[in-house]
Amino acid sequence: MIEATGLTKHYGRTVAVDNLSFTVAEGRVTGFLGPNGAGKSTTMRMVLGLDRPTSGDVRIDGQHYHDLHQPLRTVGALLDAKWVHPNRSARDHLRWLAAASKIPRARVDEVLDLVGLTGVAGKRAGGFSLGMSQRLGIAAALLGDPRVLLFDEPVNGLDPEGILWIRKFMHRLADEGRTVFVSSHLLSEMALTAQDLVVIGRGKLIYQGTVEDFVEHATESTVLVRSPQLDRLRDLLRAEGSEITEITEDGDALRIGGVASAAIGELAAANNIVLHELNPQVGSLEQAFIQLTGDTVEYRTEEHRSEEHGAGEHRAGEPAGNGEVTSG
Amino acid sequence: MSLLTAERIKLLSTRSPWWCGLLAIVLPVGFTVLLATQVNPTNAPGFEFTPAATQGTASLGRAVVMVLAALAVTSEYRFGTIRSTFQAAPQRVAALLAKSAVVVVLTAVIGAVVGFGSWAVFRALHSGPDLDLVTAADWRSVAGEVLVFALTGALALGVGILVRQTAGAVAILLVYALLVEGLIGVIPKVGRDIQHWMPFFAADRFLGIRDGGDDLQNLPLGPWAYLAYFAAITVVVLGAGIFAAVRRDA
Repeated sequence: MIEATGLTKHYGRTVAVDNLSFTVAEGRVTGFLGPNGAGKSTTMRMVLGLDRPTSGDVRIDGQHYHDLHQPLRTVGALLDAKWVHPNRSARDHLRWLAAASKIPRARVDEVLDLVGLTGVAGKRAGGFSLGMSQRLGIAAALLGDPRVLLFDEPVNGLDPEGILWIRKFMHRLADEGRTVFVSSHLLSEMALTAQDLVVIGRGKLIYQGTVEDFVEHATESTVLVRSPQLDRLRDLLRAEGSEITEITEDGDALRIGGVASAAIGELAAANNIVLHELNPQVGSLEQAFIQLTGDTVEYRTEEHRSEEHGAGEHRAGEPAGNGEVTSG
Repeated sequence: MSLLTAERIKLLSTRSPWWCGLLAIVLPVGFTVLLATQVNPTNAPGFEFTPAATQGTASLGRAVVMVLAALAVTSEYRFGTIRSTFQAAPQRVAALLAKSAVVVVLTAVIGAVVGFGSWAVFRALHSGPDLDLVTAADWRSVAGEVLVFALTGALALGVGILVRQTAGAVAILLVYALLVEGLIGVIPKVGRDIQHWMPFFAADRFLGIRDGGDDLQNLPLGPWAYLAYFAAITVVVLGAGIFAAVRRDA
């Protein structure tokens, strides 16, 4: 378990992490989500005792990293896959790490096998592809068979096969009862990998909880309805319910929020209204993420800014190009 | 103990320390061979055929050893492995002392090979009783390279930890050792007095090396005091490096 309380880091006048408190539970994969520059890597470095917090505190199973005895046996981390000497072989890289924590030599071959690098163990790490480097980094993280694992953007730049491999690997590690903390700036990836989420923007906590809750709260579902008797349907819906959050015209269709598609279908059937389309639409995760962290993005383009500005007025009328269509 | 093993694996599992080590030996010993084949009592009447005179080119090896030692830590900063080092050993003082110990042992071994190697090849080409290791001063000149190289390694490591960049550290070390100390002696009036307190000048005086015919009378310290002085400077620089590394974010 990782517990951060009031974690703050200043670099000169820049506030990288701002009074951040969160917990990461064991036996689950917890996604650490935020736009680039939100302070994810800084937070991870503070967890590992590499950067000193300006104030606040972070503990691993109740202990500071500095107080852990042979810390690689408790915490494994992959912060950057390129942090290897390019002229050192994969095996030698793991050998010195193992030696530093009195981890038996045999474990080196074990983890090499686990990540599928046995065949290239003697080759210089500088010649590795990104996917292989990533695997070597994971092997290093697993060396001490740690209870707690940290991965910083582990799928960045990987091909789909590599992404799938890492995703499955994270699940396996969590199923073994370990604490797995994975950062990413891609919500879609985290939705598939993580069970819990810690979302930050500009160093501040935005959300902590389960992925389901986040998706539910953050995304809006609407139903797109097309019918030759739209006006009647609209009147009926208006008369029907207080739950309806929005009814907007979208060309020759209606976009209805706050009512399930089944309820609309039943209402139409009961009143003999012909429906040409009944289409539930879930707002995309990325859209939700941008909505939540929109104000907190550190680096933005002009285009981005004006887009966001207009979003409030026009969102309802926009075509559902970004939306994930779950049926139809 | 485990940290020493880790540092030893790290140092010896890349090629650059091996090449540097080889160069640090071949350069001075090779030059000594060249010197020994060319010099004789008739063409160099001022040349003293003593063990101390066989160590004149050791400073070449010392320069390479400085590169080796600085690289041992700057390459860790360059490639980010210093973070893994501190992750494995959050007590950074222990990790860096282990690194210092490993570097010092390696440079001491190189110093021994350079010292005795230079002396041996010179003696092989100029047999005579003057080159035998008889007095304590003779032994100090040749075996003393072990101490001088070891301290030089530690000093360069300290600069490497402070500067963190290979190019910067190597430039500072080489320019200082090969140029600055010599140029200070050129300053009128005070130059000589300042030079008497320069670290590598001190190391050479410990070894008893003559300095291009300049008079070395009225030196402020004796040989062993000069070694202690050189060691003190090394300890201060290395200590400053370790102190900085503990305070800084990795």
